[in-house]
Amino acid sequence: MAETAAPATSYEKNLSLRVTPAAQLRAAFETGSVQGVVELSEVSFLTMVGLRVNRTSDTGQRVTAVTGGLPAACGAVSGTGDTSVLWLGPEEFLVVAPTEAHESLGGDLIQALREALGDGEGQVVDLSANRTTFELTGPRSRAVLEKGCALDLHPRVLKAGTALSTEIGNIPVVLWKTGEETFRIFPRASFADFLGRWLLDAMREYASPEVP
Amino acid sequence: MLLISCPNCGSRDETEFHYGGQAHVPYPENPNELTDRQWAEFLFYRDNTKGAFAERWLHSTGCRQWFNMLRDTVTYDIQAVYPMGTPRPDAPAPAPESGTASTAADSTTTGTAAPDISGTSTSETSTTAPEGATK
Repeated sequence: MAETAAPATSYEKNLSLRVTPAAQLRAAFETGSVQGVVELSEVSFLTMVGLRVNRTSDTGQRVTAVTGGLPAACGAVSGTGDTSVLWLGPEEFLVVAPTEAHESLGGDLIQALREALGDGEGQVVDLSANRTTFELTGPRSRAVLEKGCALDLHPRVLKAGTALSTEIGNIPVVLWKTGEETFRIFPRASFADFLGRWLLDAMREYASPEVP
Repeated sequence: MLLISCPNCGSRDETEFHYGGQAHVPYPENPNELTDRQWAEFLFYRDNTKGAFAERWLHSTGCRQWFNMLRDTVTYDIQAVYPMGTPRPDAPAPAPESGTASTAADSTTTGTAAPDISGTSTSETSTTAPEGATK
């Protein structure tokens, strides 16, 4: 009868039950990562909010005050602190924030965005469960991505701090270059298993010594 | 593989886009007044141009926005990319669709009645013919 006792709060129960879309690959990610060359991991349960608003309207100005800026052009990322806003379209943005920002954990980001939107034209939708996050890091991360991404990923074209919607291994993703050798990849949850295995396969050659 | 220049995102692979068919096909002003033939022409009849062809494209994995493109159907040369709602950049007479559709439908209005009659008559003959054949 002990387990029927309710947990202190509902979100504690939710946390214990949550499974990331690529949780089954966690061990494979660890064994497939090549230390110091290219490493892959899944970042769990980031808070993501789909935002549709005209950034020059009054509503857009109110939303801008909450997020700390809305990006103006393709590839741009804005935001303050832990909260980033990625450009998806002329009036469509993706807000990415840490797990704790979600309202189920007591965060107030989504509620603040809803209040800023008010009854203005636009949309604020909690998309935290829509996509998962892969983090690919290391000097060979660009070479791995270039096996399945048609974008020019050379650092002279793709600067750190750029996020683009594109395809990797024929999977539609948002690719966010967070550092010089670090990429965050946002595939939809249903594609996470395939893309995770695809990336592991693309990484495998760097585990063995280079053939001269 | 085409390299298409999206007005929002710049040059991207063709695989990121979806084709939207012929551009500049206006929705009829009074759809209820159209004959079946005219409605069918609006729905299904499209140009099959050899040469410069105006078409709609959607950047579906990128910014998810529609745009128009002028493409040569022989050489695949992309001659212009322009926003939805703007006239075709190279066209001297930009809106010939409604006029041609109505004249074409006038010439074939008798044709819509004809298939009905022929359809029933053929079904009658087809039902009688097997009887004669079996006998």
